[in-house]
Amino acid sequence: MATTFNKSAAAGAKKFADWDSRHYRYYKPKGRKATLYEDVTVDVQPDPNRYLLQGWIISFADGIPAYSPTRTRLNCSDWHFYRAPDEEWERPHYQRQSAIVKMIGQAVANARQQKAVSNFDPDWVHILQDHVSASKHAEYGLGTALMSAQRDGMTQMINNSILTNASYKLRYSQDLTLYFADIAPDFSQTFDESAGKEHWLNDPIWQPTRKLVETVLATADHLEQYFAINVLIEPLVLELFRSGFVMQLAALHGDFLTPTVISAAEADYSRNMVNTISLMQILADDEKFSQQNQKVMTEWLRRWWPLATEAAQHLQPIWSLPRVKARGFADAMKNAENHVQQILRQIGVDFEEGGEHS
Amino acid sequence: MATPLSKITAQKGISLAEATRRIADLGWLPTYAQQSLKYPTDYKFSKAPKDPMKQVLRSYFPMQEEKDNRVYGALDAGLRGNMFRNVEPRWIEWMKLFLAIIPFPEISAARSMAIEANVVPGHDLRTGYTLQMIDEMRHSTIQMNLKKWYMENYVDPSGFDITEAAFGKCYATTIGRQFGEGFITGDAITATNIYLQVVAETAFTNTLFVAMPSEAASNGDYALPTVFLSVQSDESRHIGNGHSTLMSVLNDPDNHLLLERDIRYAFWQNHAIVDAAIGTIIEYGTKDRRKDKESYAELWQRWIFDDYYRSYLLPLEKYGLKIHHDDVQAAWDRIIKKDYVHYVAQFFSAGWPVNFWRIDPLDERDFEWFEYKYPGWYNKFGAWWENYRALSKPGSTPVVFADTGYVYPHRCWSCLVPCLIREDMVVDEVDGQLYTYCSEQCRWTHKVAFASEYQGRPTPAMGRFSGRRQWEEVYHGWDLADIIQDLGFVRSDGKTLIPQPHLEFDDAQMWTLDHVRGYELRSPLIDLRNMNPEQRQKHIDQYRQGFSVHKI
Repeated sequence: MATTFNKSAAAGAKKFADWDSRHYRYYKPKGRKATLYEDVTVDVQPDPNRYLLQGWIISFADGIPAYSPTRTRLNCSDWHFYRAPDEEWERPHYQRQSAIVKMIGQAVANARQQKAVSNFDPDWVHILQDHVSASKHAEYGLGTALMSAQRDGMTQMINNSILTNASYKLRYSQDLTLYFADIAPDFSQTFDESAGKEHWLNDPIWQPTRKLVETVLATADHLEQYFAINVLIEPLVLELFRSGFVMQLAALHGDFLTPTVISAAEADYSRNMVNTISLMQILADDEKFSQQNQKVMTEWLRRWWPLATEAAQHLQPIWSLPRVKARGFADAMKNAENHVQQILRQIGVDFEEGGEHS
Repeated sequence: MATPLSKITAQKGISLAEATRRIADLGWLPTYAQQSLKYPTDYKFSKAPKDPMKQVLRSYFPMQEEKDNRVYGALDAGLRGNMFRNVEPRWIEWMKLFLAIIPFPEISAARSMAIEANVVPGHDLRTGYTLQMIDEMRHSTIQMNLKKWYMENYVDPSGFDITEAAFGKCYATTIGRQFGEGFITGDAITATNIYLQVVAETAFTNTLFVAMPSEAASNGDYALPTVFLSVQSDESRHIGNGHSTLMSVLNDPDNHLLLERDIRYAFWQNHAIVDAAIGTIIEYGTKDRRKDKESYAELWQRWIFDDYYRSYLLPLEKYGLKIHHDDVQAAWDRIIKKDYVHYVAQFFSAGWPVNFWRIDPLDERDFEWFEYKYPGWYNKFGAWWENYRALSKPGSTPVVFADTGYVYPHRCWSCLVPCLIREDMVVDEVDGQLYTYCSEQCRWTHKVAFASEYQGRPTPAMGRFSGRRQWEEVYHGWDLADIIQDLGFVRSDGKTLIPQPHLEFDDAQMWTLDHVRGYELRSPLIDLRNMNPEQRQKHIDQYRQGFSVHKI
């Protein structure tokens, strides 16, 4: 081994051409300096429009290469411009996911220690058992759709944003599942863990939501899936249910625990929403394809808004179930619709709720 | 004795098996909208696979976070311990190649999980695929971070600083692209289950992520083992996913013909690609010449022949699957009898001006070790490496253009490694076009396996080889200096080459564009196609007879 100082292979031991070239110099950082997220993400998925000299070298039988812009109807003059605002790569992703797991674990352990679960209002327990538990299947379905969508984007930045989104949704669906499994023995009455799936599959309240989730699962365009989920389905249906119902009513029924689990999903969504807005903003404002992209997004809004609205409206009876009443469905729905409008304004798509889509 | 806290706070919970059973029940059979098969497969499933690992995300994330903490802590410790003062530059230079390649196959494996989860029925193994998807994002980005760390701390960052651009352009990394693209294109099960999980991960990650880190440590590099052994600890999950999916596929006898095809293709191509790259890096990138150290051939025998072939592939025969024992033997023969790795190293060193890393000349200690491990090595390769060393000074003729007797090789259309074992080169036509192959197995892969039918059975989902597969075709007839400039393999002074055939960190000893001007690169395949039938046959016969290098 080179053991003397003269033979040192440390930076600066010798000075010659490019001895101090200590930054990746094949891409332009978004800001003044490259971030660690950019360094570990940009250009890992190659592109014939950048450095892929020989093009893609294996194709599908129909001639479509490994990555193709034909897999979405949206177009972009520079797919590589997008950077995820949440800047997630492996390390921050594990740190954040792990923090959530620990937070939920501690909250549940503490509540169980205090026998808090047995003090939940009995009517509320039925709501948890039948409806909050049903919602875990919707979350799982969206996570599965996103897991599929992370295959097809034209850059690593896009695909990793969708991948972490999938990871969050799938974790949350498991959080709910195992949360109920953990607390089930603590209820004073029997808690039927299979009731949620039964309601998901057969209760008329949940069928439009199931139809919505199955439709997004069956959609082949990965950016349509990403758009539909974070621009419409989350705010109009799932955030509506999580924030507009569970978070408002749980504590009034002696349940301080469920909101802890749900709060993680709300925080997840706020990150995924910002990533989606940022990507869609770039596409809606593209120097070459702005008009075309806005037209496609408008078509998507026409397709998904009625489906999501129908799903949301069918959930309305759940608001009548709790013993203690608080904020009503109409208020929650109004907030959800305002949220969608706010997202659309940020993306830059001109679309009037209740007008074009209905 | 006081009661421990864990006992005081212990609560009745569900078992892991119960947890995984409940999670598998999250799925359902859609009735409102049917998911179309976005990524086609010719395989059929009559049984959904089971999850052998029984993991859930709430135990996975904290475990991975802890693994990360250890990795990043070790990197900090490496710097505090002045690792780069003692590391061998010969080794770190090869990391410029290795770490340019590997993050793309890794992230392709993440994308691959979308495909696999799309076609494999049932929900039991979905969590397994999910964990693998996130693992692969981990691997890709943790490796990019390691490379950045080398760039920031190693004496010559040049080559690391253009890494992903170089990956897209280099004649050597094109081999790695064949590997990574194989995970995400073509028949969904061929790509994700057989090529990726059953062969690449189950067999070849052992040489990639276990044998190579061991060599790194011998060269004073403690960072690579830290990162890659952590990566390898995730691979057992992927091997479990692969085996469980394979068992489900095997369950339908209709799949056996396709399985036989795919295991054959995947094993041979993994051997051709991984052994070429990793064999060269382990044997030619090291300064550790202890004679009691295992050679690559010995490592291959342990990891691939004994552990994989005997313990994993052979038992599949009891399910009625045909295993190509002759291919395993042929791969072994290529390594032990036909000098495959040594010819690859010779080829990489011949191509040094179009590399983006430095290749250190071998010295007498190296010669002695090779001769000891591979008797007869010096007679075959000694003159080449003596010439390489003699021609490493700027102003010399680049070794590949010097009159040494070396014949620039044809490229294999299938694995993209050149046809280095000359007597095994095969020429054939596919759809009326002439191609060259390194072996009969690679000819079969292109002509027979990657086709629309296999043994009379339609295989509409199978992929196709495409693009400008032969790197040499891109630069046919170009001047060497112009090629290097076009590749961007020039330092920021606009003249000094990023690649160098030595480890002299001194401007006066470094090659510039002026030193490599006036040499024309030709594509052997284009020239072969342009020959008339007689000339072509004569050329092929001569090629198969091989060449001998003389000392200049």
